[in-house]
Amino acid sequence: MDEVLVLMEGIEKSFPGVQALSNGCFELHAGEVHALIGENGAGKSTLMKILTGIYSKDAGRILYKGKPVDISSPRAAQDLGISIVHQELNLMSHLTVAQNIFIGREPRKGLPFVLDEKKINEKTQQLFETLHLKLDPRTKVGELTIAMQQMVEIAKALSFNSQVLILDEPTAALTNTEIEDLFIIIRQLREKGVGIVHISHRLEELRQIADRATVMRDGQYVGTVQIADVTINQIISMMVGRAFYDTAPVALENNTQEVVLEVKNLNRGRALRDVSFHLKRGEILGFAGLMGAGRTETARAIFGADPIDSGEIFIKGQKAHISNPGDAVRYGIGYLSEDRKRYGVVLGMDVETNLVLSAFKRYLRLFGWVDNSKIAITGKRLVEALSIKTPTLKQKVKNLSGGNQQKVIIGKWLTAETDILIFDEPTRGIDVGAKSEIYKLLNDLVSQGKSIIMISSELPEILHMSHRIIVMCEGRITGELSIGEATQEKIMQYATFREAYL
Amino acid sequence: MAAVVVTQKKSLVPADAMQRVLAFSALISMFVVFSIASENFLQFSNIVGILLATAVNGVLAVGVTFVIISGGIDLSIGTVMTFAAVMTGLVTTTMKMPIPLGILAGLGAGSLAGFCNGVIIAKLKIPPFIATLGMLNVAKGLALVISGLKPIYFTDTPVFNQIAMGSAFGAVIPGFDIPNAVLILFIAAIIASLILTKTILGRYTFALGSNEEAARLSGVNVNAWKIAVYTMTGLFSGLAGVIVASRLNSAQPALGQGYELDAIAAAVIGGTSLSGGEGSILGTIIGAFIISTLANGLRILSVPQEWQTVVTGGIVIVAVYLDIVRRRQK
Repeated sequence: MDEVLVLMEGIEKSFPGVQALSNGCFELHAGEVHALIGENGAGKSTLMKILTGIYSKDAGRILYKGKPVDISSPRAAQDLGISIVHQELNLMSHLTVAQNIFIGREPRKGLPFVLDEKKINEKTQQLFETLHLKLDPRTKVGELTIAMQQMVEIAKALSFNSQVLILDEPTAALTNTEIEDLFIIIRQLREKGVGIVHISHRLEELRQIADRATVMRDGQYVGTVQIADVTINQIISMMVGRAFYDTAPVALENNTQEVVLEVKNLNRGRALRDVSFHLKRGEILGFAGLMGAGRTETARAIFGADPIDSGEIFIKGQKAHISNPGDAVRYGIGYLSEDRKRYGVVLGMDVETNLVLSAFKRYLRLFGWVDNSKIAITGKRLVEALSIKTPTLKQKVKNLSGGNQQKVIIGKWLTAETDILIFDEPTRGIDVGAKSEIYKLLNDLVSQGKSIIMISSELPEILHMSHRIIVMCEGRITGELSIGEATQEKIMQYATFREAYL
Repeated sequence: MAAVVVTQKKSLVPADAMQRVLAFSALISMFVVFSIASENFLQFSNIVGILLATAVNGVLAVGVTFVIISGGIDLSIGTVMTFAAVMTGLVTTTMKMPIPLGILAGLGAGSLAGFCNGVIIAKLKIPPFIATLGMLNVAKGLALVISGLKPIYFTDTPVFNQIAMGSAFGAVIPGFDIPNAVLILFIAAIIASLILTKTILGRYTFALGSNEEAARLSGVNVNAWKIAVYTMTGLFSGLAGVIVASRLNSAQPALGQGYELDAIAAAVIGGTSLSGGEGSILGTIIGAFIISTLANGLRILSVPQEWQTVVTGGIVIVAVYLDIVRRRQK
């Protein structure tokens, strides 16, 4: 079973402003489960999207069964026998399982436009039997759990007689028993000689399911290892082993003990489970964890953007009642969303208006008349203080760079006189130069007595900026590290510290 | 080798049929209430009146059900109906061509308008609401232009009136004079239901409304099918145009606007989801009967017409709200 199915070499891909892949390499054998691992943004998904024709490559070559191939569309990949199950499932929830599997290639009977529903169901039944899956083909997809929907996607992928099956973070949304079920199916396919690519964040899974692992970092191939030969720690150091962020200033000393925010036993469904922590004045508290660990959910719960099931929030020792973002702002909390363009700024409005937006009431005169000169004064002051690079105060925010947009958002919360600022991925999509400016700004803010929660998926950023680090996994806080003891390896261990291991 | 077993909970009524069951119970309750309130309600002639009143709106509603299930909307169906009626009048009366050609002209005009809607929406990527709002005015304007602002009467062709107002039932069973318009509605509904549940067009109508991107990634030519769906809706508007012209024995160019809202209301009351992916022709027909029964009942109880409109509006809001509540529970 050592036939090489896929060989990718020197794959390059860039998107406007980002080099997503600079040297992507990958090799897949028939009958193996090959894990593709790396931190967020390492280029795993991009590489696989190139293999499945969703993206086109800028450079490099792909061999399929030894022959060079040009995979120009998802259809072309399917025709070769390469299928992908995306992280976001692509099913039609109102249609039945069988209808979903055969969408676009329905068998007909008699007239060319009349569907043969019986045949669809029979074929699906046969497909499920080969997978040892007991599921009625006539069930509507919307009635299935996420795990079962994933099985349906896998069955659909296999119905194209796929020899290469790519699973993009298939276990991210599953419970432990569901993962076991999924692994049963994956092992069956491996025995049949299918080559399986398993993209995952969960390192502890590798031993259970993978034969080999390829590690990627910053869009580059790091190495391929036999799982049996290495320890998890060796893989972690392959994933994070980089030394950069020299430009980032190291966190300032913080000696205050005054607690400005305390969160006790916050719960929201499966997203947040007993989240408790505190934030001190003048502190940058880093929140580390993998995607979907519950960090953004924690921030949104504190900010009143999502309802909580239970839990208490204390601001400066007083119990706070926050049921919507407006309440949070009144308590002096500001939230800078990871998705700037959707939640942070009004792109079509100018810089000065955005800067005063969350405190607009103070810029109104009698009868709601807008006090433009007052807005201009504040705007000018903030543009200078934050060194926002904009030709005029009247420039529309959408014309600014990502880093300057982020500064506008920070300015907005300064106008609102917030003392507790929650930064969700503050430097995502911002170039290196602007990043260090944002870091400097964060340090300025805390030295002025503000307190910051910084959610970040970039470990070097967390390590350099935070006074303390909280690590989350699956909606729980799995660890707290002081800056002295924190290392990338320790954070990664906590970040993959799943329920089963508690 | 271990097997993966899935257990599913079964409920008595499938979730998506719930709205239909509710709507049907509402229709029955209306009949009970109105027949108690007025002895005239259950008279044969009044029932025929309800059936006849449902015919035009029913056909329009059946047509619009397709686009709504596909996740779109068509606001132009009312004026497209009028445009089709005028085209039938033009060919039959003004051009003095045979009646079948006139009917074809009506159906063709409706389909063409629907096809244009589809192209504008699928190819030019204009939101359905805006595109069909534009078509609403285009069709309205064309109807006025072609007719020269005046009604076209079918005085030269007395048999044309028989298409809707004759009674094939009455010819077979004396005294059972249900007009053909009602028969046409039921035949159209059955055909539409077969298209929706048994053919490729129906399948892709649901697929588009459920998850267009998933359909596209599965290799479905979503643009072509979207155009087909709007054309289908246009065809039914054309049919409604022929029925309304025959029934009034004239093509009234000023008629039509406002009909789209009753038709959309019928579909929604019958359980067609405005967010797409869900709906049935049976539900839509029940919805159409609810609207006309309510109007009829309230008229018999001497409630003024303007209040009937208020009540219909309220019912639509209740129906959509029930749908949202049901969805939230799921």
